[in-house]
Amino acid sequence: MKIAVCVSHVPDTAAKINIASDGKSIDQNGVTYVVNPYDEIAIEEALKTKEAFEGETVAISVGPESNKDSIKKALAMGIDSGVLLKHEGFIDSLGVARALADEIKTLDAKLVFFGKQSVDYDNSIVGQLTSELIGYNCVSVVVDFKLDGEKIICEREIEGGREIVETTLPAVITAQKGLNEPRYASLKGIMAAKKKTIEEKDAAAGENVVEVIKMKKPPVKQPGRILGEDATVVPELVKLLKEEAKVI
Amino acid sequence: MQKFEAIDYYDIGQHLTEEEIMVRNSVREFVEDQVIPVIEKHYQAGTFPMELVSKIGELGVFGLTLPAKYGCAEMNNVAYGLVMQELERGDSGVRSFASVQSGLVMYPIHTFGSDAQKENWLPKLAAGGKIGCFGLTEPDFGSNPGGMITRAEKVDGGYLINGAKMWITNGTIADVAVVWAKLDGVVKGFLVEKEFKGFEAPEMKGKHSLRASITSELIFQDVFVPEENILPNSGGLKSPLMCLNQARYGIAWGVVGSMMACFDTALKYANSRVQFSKPISAYQLTQQKFAYMVTEITKSQLLNLQLAKLKDQGKVKHTQISLAKRNNCEMALNIARMSREILGANGILDEYPVMRHAANLESVKTYEGTHEMHTLILGEDITGIPAYDN
Repeated sequence: MKIAVCVSHVPDTAAKINIASDGKSIDQNGVTYVVNPYDEIAIEEALKTKEAFEGETVAISVGPESNKDSIKKALAMGIDSGVLLKHEGFIDSLGVARALADEIKTLDAKLVFFGKQSVDYDNSIVGQLTSELIGYNCVSVVVDFKLDGEKIICEREIEGGREIVETTLPAVITAQKGLNEPRYASLKGIMAAKKKTIEEKDAAAGENVVEVIKMKKPPVKQPGRILGEDATVVPELVKLLKEEAKVI
Repeated sequence: MQKFEAIDYYDIGQHLTEEEIMVRNSVREFVEDQVIPVIEKHYQAGTFPMELVSKIGELGVFGLTLPAKYGCAEMNNVAYGLVMQELERGDSGVRSFASVQSGLVMYPIHTFGSDAQKENWLPKLAAGGKIGCFGLTEPDFGSNPGGMITRAEKVDGGYLINGAKMWITNGTIADVAVVWAKLDGVVKGFLVEKEFKGFEAPEMKGKHSLRASITSELIFQDVFVPEENILPNSGGLKSPLMCLNQARYGIAWGVVGSMMACFDTALKYANSRVQFSKPISAYQLTQQKFAYMVTEITKSQLLNLQLAKLKDQGKVKHTQISLAKRNNCEMALNIARMSREILGANGILDEYPVMRHAANLESVKTYEGTHEMHTLILGEDITGIPAYDN
């Protein structure tokens, strides 16, 4: 069975983000990119599934040439090959999903893992859109995954608890933290990745249906205020919490 | 706590290959997730984090420059250096473990060992399933190992070893010791296995430095070592000194990790610690310290990269390794102490890594050739006149 894992190349969560002069994209200066952390969980699950059931794994990414770094990380972790669906400039979630769906059909991958969201735009939608475009079943926010022949049993996170669901292949699974502990790219894995191939082709993304008009930074946090150090300030504290902060 | 930011003031990273960057990042992540959360506890308890050994083995760190047929990654010396740098960013004791296993155990077995010894030991040592140590230094012979009193005597089917070694990293937990002893007046290497009769490796206690590392004595009383356990291609003091070059090279890189950890901690602290009206990073005396730190870190990083290139070209001289080991250890210690000063009283707490690094670096400056010995090695190379008895 062919197992695909879709990886997004995102700014490191520790990076300091500034808005570029066009007002609708981020300033790339000094920003390092990493594999989307949820996608690392998806990669690990793809590898575990391959180890348990045999098969071939392929990592797919949509974006510019630099996305190859994230594909290479997936290869170093153990994924067998990569595909870069080349696209420059802004692409919306539907565009990414269209490009991925097209490639998944070409590859004939029956099981597809995604991270539950990318930590850059946070739309949390590409996995679901892709499954819809190719007519696959979809289970999202998965914290436990079991495959038994054609049958899939997943635990997924819901508000205040967990839900156990059953579905069948072909399927898209979106991974949530807790599903597994992603392995590190070992030194031998990094050397082995040099011999693996990354196929490049143009992304069949179509036209964007969403446009970014403007980006803005969150409001600057005001510094805290110390009213005093004993019980005498409690009445004033209560008053400020009510009237100024409006939290009680 | 804010995430670690690795200083690279001169964009030296641009000289690294894609694989070297991946290796560095993978080990950096490992240290962040696996070493840093447990190291203070081990350091305070005076225990070595044994739970990390197989994980480091899985990562492929041990003997990473050795051939793939022994289960090693077969990478270059830049990658080796970067790995040591990242491990020591966690703790000098963890880096020491990897240095010993790679440079002082796997390297001599690979360089001086028989095919059978290589096939038997290297894959197990690479995976971390077996642990090794290196016995050269003796209680009375540190800087002058040539005077060693440990002796091997030829007997039927092998050798009898008598003597004692001291300051041996990993000794107590080692499955195999690479022991240097004089056989008919010539230094030879022997693989002494932990179960050999008459061999003991008690742990040395009471250290104020390298507390998350095992340091031991090795005692040999009529230890019978079978013929197949002599390192056949070793001979003379040059053999263990070749091993020390590997270890010293790793230290030169490793201590840059300590520098980067201390600098990063001190900078973040100074930016957030307000005294009088402003963060202490706004004061000239603090800024002077940071200017010194960044300058010395950058110089050490540049030294290391060129040293790695020379080593990969097979051109490196032991005196060049001495220069980097000597300089980088001293600068690392200076930077750790300065960082402690910037952190004030907080600097002594285990909430921050700086006091631990500072205490570790006192050992690192001394072991694998003291600062003074490296000064004299350079002195001899520069003037042609040895300042010690040859």
